[in-house]
Amino acid sequence: MTRYVVHRVAGMLLVLFLVCLFTYIIFFVLSPDPAVQICGKNCTPDRIDQIRANLGLDQPFLTQFLQFLQGLFVGRDYGSGASVVHCPAPCLGYSFQTSQIVTDMIMQRLPVTAVVAIGAAVLWLLAGVIGGLISAVREGKFADRFIAGLTLGGMSIPNYVLALALQYVFVVKLQWLPFPQAVPFADDPAQWFLNFILPWTVLAIGYASSYTRLTRANVLDTLGENFVRTAKAKGLRPDLVWRRHALRPALTPIVTIAGMDFAGLLGGALITETVFGINGVGKLAADSITKNDQPVIMAVTLLAAFFVVVGNMAVDLLYSAIDPRVRVGMGT
Amino acid sequence: MSIQSPELEAAAPAVVTEDPRRSVWHALRRDWAAVACLAYIGLVVLMAVFAPLIVKLSGWDPYQFDQSAINPDLGGVPLGSWGGISADHWLGVEPGSGRDIFARIVYGARSSMLIALGATALTTVLGVVFGLVAGYFGGRTDMVVSRVMEFLMAFPALIFMIAVLSALPADDRQYLLVLVISVFGWPYLARIVRAQTMSLKEREFVEAARASGASRTRLVFTEILPNLRSTILVMVTLAVPGYIGTEAGLSFLGVGLVPPTPSWGQMIASSVSWYSVVPTFFLVPGAFLALLVLAFMVLGDRVRAAVDPGGRA
Repeated sequence: MTRYVVHRVAGMLLVLFLVCLFTYIIFFVLSPDPAVQICGKNCTPDRIDQIRANLGLDQPFLTQFLQFLQGLFVGRDYGSGASVVHCPAPCLGYSFQTSQIVTDMIMQRLPVTAVVAIGAAVLWLLAGVIGGLISAVREGKFADRFIAGLTLGGMSIPNYVLALALQYVFVVKLQWLPFPQAVPFADDPAQWFLNFILPWTVLAIGYASSYTRLTRANVLDTLGENFVRTAKAKGLRPDLVWRRHALRPALTPIVTIAGMDFAGLLGGALITETVFGINGVGKLAADSITKNDQPVIMAVTLLAAFFVVVGNMAVDLLYSAIDPRVRVGMGT
Repeated sequence: MSIQSPELEAAAPAVVTEDPRRSVWHALRRDWAAVACLAYIGLVVLMAVFAPLIVKLSGWDPYQFDQSAINPDLGGVPLGSWGGISADHWLGVEPGSGRDIFARIVYGARSSMLIALGATALTTVLGVVFGLVAGYFGGRTDMVVSRVMEFLMAFPALIFMIAVLSALPADDRQYLLVLVISVFGWPYLARIVRAQTMSLKEREFVEAARASGASRTRLVFTEILPNLRSTILVMVTLAVPGYIGTEAGLSFLGVGLVPPTPSWGQMIASSVSWYSVVPTFFLVPGAFLALLVLAFMVLGDRVRAAVDPGGRA
């Protein structure tokens, strides 16, 4: 097991390093010169050179990349002589637009994205599992077909279209929900909650649909297994057959997939946060892309990769702890 | 099947199983949902192919401004109810500019279909080739291909696509979109092709072909590949809606097709600031987009059911 964990952690670090390298190369090669951008309109060649030197942009590619990595692990210094600025680890540089430390910008917004993501995850797990169980119990009946129709709809409507439609119906026409605005939780919890209802729903609906299908398929598969038939044959009450024998094997895979989807949520939050104007990491990414704010884009890309890789590893380790068969063949 | 003898095969039709392509087609023709989906997809394809003709019929081209259809005093809100739907503008006009929405939908179908189908074609080729190679040769080749696939699947694809597209110049966006979507898309097909190839290559008919001296290329392409046909068919039908959605999503975020080239996702993006005043502006492209994705998804489900009648998932 130790060997397996070490192996996985090494693989994870390699992937993260490669993500780092690729993003860095792409921005290094493709982006317009950031020094010109920062300098603005009334700019002299001297000033541009000075900015380049301060940010380390005059160095060759490899040096710059190594400096970036150094900043990530032990922090780094910007500038030279008297005007040295220290950026503590994990240093992701300074925003070209606002001159803020990128790490701080992300840390400020991470809690907001966490609220969006956790709320959506709770919603889709509940809806998906309950919907899937109902479909499986009523297989082939009206309820099953109705839910199947709903899930197909939920999977095919793009989330930004759904966001606009829901906002139009519930905010503009029916006025059941307030117009979305940033209200701190401490000021007015009820208002805060109402604001998040639509983003949670929009983000959750696609996942809820695919989890419903998955739960249904898994439960039906499990009900066909020999151990369930044995339990029924020995005269166990139907509800106990469900609770003791059928549910756990049917739901374990769903919980693990939920782990991976949750880790990958930053990408989905990007659209939802942009549409609803929620000031989370997703919106930060969208904004920095339109402003071509390289350090911020790099940071968000790295963060998203970090979550995905860590999430996958956590799920794998969890799975191999639950089911020893997985370990065989994966350790080498 | 490595002996070419048409007479033998024709003489024994009872033994030879029915051509899977034909049986899938037969099953689909009897399925009204699949027929409806095919009809809608066919309609969108026709729209895309004959876009210039259709636009001539409806009278407005997608780039033409119509100041007489909007109210400049109200910031460019379309005149008339339902977003300016009239005999002149069949699906209304774009607020602000007065461009004909019907024409833009027709031309948008072109972009959506071209990009989605292009990306599907490229991912299919990449996925099948790499999957076959990794699965058949195994060993070091397999290890390299599998590592690359793992890496690509661990990548935060959407954020990375946005970052790359935003850094690249805006001309020839459609090719870039196809390329970027495909780079991150092929591992999902390759993974399945690889797994199936690994089990297929141990089967007796492959063994027999190998014993009779068939070359490696022949083994892979004429013995193994035909057996993957139904898997590939299902995966491809299910991949198209994903790519349509990705293209629309990227255009929605402003890194896909750039205006004035019409695209459904970008139409929805520009409707964001108008949604409360002119709801038809997002409803029309939204409905076309959602229906197209739905049609491909239902079709994919039905194809899977036709290919594998016992399967439940």
